[in-house]
Amino acid sequence: MTPKIDVKHLNLFYGTKQALFNVSLSLPIFQTTALIGPSGCGKSSFLRCLNRMNDIVPNAHIVGQVLLEEQDIYAPSVDVVELRTRVGMVFQKPNPFPRSIYENVAYGPRIHSLFKTKGDLDNIVEKSLTRAGLWAEVRDRLSQPATRLSGGQQQRLCIARAIAVNPEVILMDEPCSALDPIATAKVEELIDELREKFTIVIVTHNLQQAARVSQKTAFFHSGYLVETGETGALFTMPEDERTQGYITGRYG
Amino acid sequence: MNEHIVKAYDEELKQLHALIHHMGELTVEQIRDATESILKRDGALARQVINEDYKIDLLETKVDELAVRILALRQPVASDLRTVLAALKISNQVERIADYASNIAKRALMLNEIDPFPAAEGLATLVKIPKRMIERALAAFATNDVNLALHVWHMDYEVDVQYNAYLRQLFDDMITNPKNVSPCTHLLFAAKNIERIGDQSTNIAEAVYTMVTGKPFKESDTVKNENEV
Repeated sequence: MTPKIDVKHLNLFYGTKQALFNVSLSLPIFQTTALIGPSGCGKSSFLRCLNRMNDIVPNAHIVGQVLLEEQDIYAPSVDVVELRTRVGMVFQKPNPFPRSIYENVAYGPRIHSLFKTKGDLDNIVEKSLTRAGLWAEVRDRLSQPATRLSGGQQQRLCIARAIAVNPEVILMDEPCSALDPIATAKVEELIDELREKFTIVIVTHNLQQAARVSQKTAFFHSGYLVETGETGALFTMPEDERTQGYITGRYG
Repeated sequence: MNEHIVKAYDEELKQLHALIHHMGELTVEQIRDATESILKRDGALARQVINEDYKIDLLETKVDELAVRILALRQPVASDLRTVLAALKISNQVERIADYASNIAKRALMLNEIDPFPAAEGLATLVKIPKRMIERALAAFATNDVNLALHVWHMDYEVDVQYNAYLRQLFDDMITNPKNVSPCTHLLFAAKNIERIGDQSTNIAEAVYTMVTGKPFKESDTVKNENEV
């Protein structure tokens, strides 16, 4: 399987404290890769390295390579703003802008000038909301404030906002942890549909969710990548004792 | 292996093992009593075996219920999942083995209606290995012992050899004197049931193999794996 992103010997430091140790992991194109592990294991830090979100953390620096289609995203020539249109992100809590539903989705295309006419922009908004499975629910109230939507709808709106700029990779940091089971199921179904067009990386504390949505799973512990493999295999026959202990809920 | 953070989960898995252990003990007793009932022409013992079969059926139902409960409430993965699946399979095999014991006891009642027949003694030898097989297969399940499981799997060869020899003896007896056909037919069915106990025990061994290794059991792997593990 072609890797969309290939991470090689990645070490992440926050000042003198090392958060990731020599992590090498490839993220296959058009697949969902789940990152699992106990709190503080480095999975979210790893996710944030993939679109240089750690750049905004003072004293954070990395050693190693993150290759997006064989291009090092940490090379000096890389435009970080452009990188983040290629590698979008959805956060734990839905964070719509305090604007209308329409404007939330139109925001990215506007700042990146991705359209010529108002009609083009309308199309992008409709297409993104449709892909995010939200169009039918909001088509008649696009001018209403996004904050009036339910939590699950807000999260799907954030996904629509992320895909409006037509990224190649979508990073999701516990996207369902604030949602009820029905809204969670909708987002999971959405993730499954989205991977036809996007490569997805999801951090989740919900092991069943990792098992349900991903094709590949990576288990992190204390800053190390302990084990990675095809999701079905990892959840039935993990090779490492630590993976076994974590996924079966045993004391490590 | 470490214990689960949720203690009740450990308790449920232990209970699952205990139920299978209990099923196994009762079933081995049933096999012993069923064979005895033929050898000693003991009709009361045979009826007891037949009447007590329900106990093993009940235990199988309990295993099913507990396994379903664990699957629903704990959503087991990895070794826990493989243990629950193995328990479901194994309880089913043990229940079948108990049915064989009951069938053997039914033959005892029929044999009691006709004259004693010397070849019946052969069952005493024939039953030894299958009985040991189920005991060891269940010990392999209790201790995650893949070597013991493979050993059980290989024991079935000897059962087949002994069974075929016994059949030849019964056929000879039938050819020698047509009056022997009636007792020999009953013994033939009893022997077949004993041979099936061996087969079902190899199925238990295969389930243990998959539970421990995570791999489907393949006959071609047995020699190689036995050397490896």
